[in-house]
Amino acid sequence: MTGASAPGSSSSISAWWWRHQRTLTPLILLAPACLLFAIFVIIPIGMSLSLSLYDWDGVGPKTWVGFGNFAELFGDPVFFTALKNNLLWLLIYLAAPMLGLLLALFLNQGVRGIRPIRALFLMPFVVSQVVIGLIFAWFLNPEFGLLNPLLAKLGLGPVAPLENERWAILAVIAAGLWPQTAYCMVLYLTGLTGMRPELIESARLDGARDHTLLWHVVLPQLRPVTFIAAMVCVVSALRSFDLVMIMTAGGPYNSTNVLAYYMYEQTFLSLRYGYAAAIAAVLFGLMACCVAFFLWRLLARERG
Amino acid sequence: MRGPLGLVLACVLAMAGPASARTLIINANTSDPAPRAAWEAVVADFRRDNPGVEVKFNLYDHESYKKSIRNWLTGASPDVVFWFAGNRMREFVGRNLLTDVSGLFDDEVRASISRAGIDLVSVEGRQYGVPYSYYQLGLYFRRDLLERAGVKQAPATWADLIETCRALKADGVEPFAIGSKDLWPTAAWFDYINLRSNGHAFHMALTRGEVPYTDTRVRAVFAKWGELLELGCFAKNHASLSWQESQALLYQGRAAMMLIGNYIVANFPSEVRERMDFAPFPAMQHAAGKHEEAPTNSIHIPAAARNKEDARRFLAYVLRADVQERINRALLLLPLNQKAAIADDRFLKKGQALLSNAEALSQFFDRDTNEELATIAMKGFQEFMINPERLDQVLEGIERARKRIYKN
Repeated sequence: MTGASAPGSSSSISAWWWRHQRTLTPLILLAPACLLFAIFVIIPIGMSLSLSLYDWDGVGPKTWVGFGNFAELFGDPVFFTALKNNLLWLLIYLAAPMLGLLLALFLNQGVRGIRPIRALFLMPFVVSQVVIGLIFAWFLNPEFGLLNPLLAKLGLGPVAPLENERWAILAVIAAGLWPQTAYCMVLYLTGLTGMRPELIESARLDGARDHTLLWHVVLPQLRPVTFIAAMVCVVSALRSFDLVMIMTAGGPYNSTNVLAYYMYEQTFLSLRYGYAAAIAAVLFGLMACCVAFFLWRLLARERG
Repeated sequence: MRGPLGLVLACVLAMAGPASARTLIINANTSDPAPRAAWEAVVADFRRDNPGVEVKFNLYDHESYKKSIRNWLTGASPDVVFWFAGNRMREFVGRNLLTDVSGLFDDEVRASISRAGIDLVSVEGRQYGVPYSYYQLGLYFRRDLLERAGVKQAPATWADLIETCRALKADGVEPFAIGSKDLWPTAAWFDYINLRSNGHAFHMALTRGEVPYTDTRVRAVFAKWGELLELGCFAKNHASLSWQESQALLYQGRAAMMLIGNYIVANFPSEVRERMDFAPFPAMQHAAGKHEEAPTNSIHIPAAARNKEDARRFLAYVLRADVQERINRALLLLPLNQKAAIADDRFLKKGQALLSNAEALSQFFDRDTNEELATIAMKGFQEFMINPERLDQVLEGIERARKRIYKN
């Protein structure tokens, strides 16, 4: 076809554009987003990962240590405490969707005056995590808190949960479970509102009742919500930081440390940027695995 | 990371206005209301006395200052930085990040500042900054509670201290309040027992990482500390309390004493203020009053500063007795210049008597030793206070960290 005509330069560009328009337009439209994503997400991740291979105190020269930071990490008892606490956190947070569902089912009634009550249950989700941490820390404070006077009324001895190396982490997670449940409740409430009433009607006509109705008609429709709720819980369990920072600062002696807090501590208290970047890399890997698992399930279901 | 951050900083500084030769940029961490007002007044006077200099006084909160100073010293640098004397300063001197200002320390200055004070800003006989405030640590106690328990005098020796604890416990009062949730209050105990048992030279060698934590002299410190723990001298639940929360025990009359810095005086409620008193940490093998803890704040000129001439002028200005007097009256701290009058406050007067006669001063555990080691060790101190039987495990943990951190 080349010899058919001798097109001028401008028409050759337009012809070229005409031919490739369908491939080029999306690329051009995507470019700004990709650029920003690269600058603010991809490149920092790359820099952080490369930093994990160095020993650096933030001022002096960086020293290449290869996988030395990771080798040290796997011999560091604090790292394993933090990892264990993160996994425990994750496990307990999976109760949030269930509790949230129960609350949502309970609050999804047409009773008069249910709206303000719903709003009350929503409160912990609206309040900042820092405030929640403070409220719980004050409540649990053995010297000035409300918990011990309340226990005394029941005839139970004074306790100091936040300074007990075994129980402190559970007290912190309990504080986190409160807003997390509220969040899941909101998700389920929205899901319940979007439910198709005719399906429920016809199920009722067919004689489905109580848990049969819940299990076989309501829950399958809520599946996308459950999926989102579970994923959000896993991610927030892994990145938990604020509550630990406010309630215990990782103490007593590291028993409530989590990966994100340990990373912060190594960066800003110990000034070991490389080591902290190695912790960040592990956290990143862990989170990537969880998200990949969820995406895989999602895709599998969409295909199936 | 340094590159982009430095670039951003350079842009910020550039936006602040083109830096002519006569611009003086001062970065300070004194952002709390009283220090802020005091320093702004001092800077205003300096401006008036030096009309040719355009002074930019930038304030940052403590935490972000601590994080940023490393970028300033290595990137686009201000002309004057606020920092801490002692090892925190020496870390930067060792990397050639601060300017030698020995020229400011003439005979007149040397006559007005104690030797121990000059030592804090010296490296190998050269000075690298100007100290402007410090304060004492020691026993702040309820005189009324001690008297009620039959104790007439503040404890002056370790034996007195043990006796005082016994008497207070018999009277139903906790001898010591401490908030170990903040970790650092435990370090005051370690520092003082070590200073008093082994002396300043050993304490500094230890905090420089030259002595193993499993050394018998270090174990001796914990043995003494353990005596107090065995007696139950510390108010329980201390791991749940921050230092601010723990002082409430003192004001409520549930605890009688606290080992803390002079900043606690500002918090005394008016109704207990008259009943509060101060005493130096009791004497042990090494005499009391000779080796003391005195965290010192100072100002420095970064090596990369552009206007070192006016920066030196500002440092000389801050060395002056009248300027130090003004700053420290406002801060309720002690001036290092002994010719400066101090505020009319009995706690400050006792502090000045203690510190100006001290032969050697330490800064505080977390300023004297490497930051990372300090965090690890202070967690260990807390663990020891709750589980004294884990001492071996705690010391081995700190020692492992010391070996790794100070391997060079």
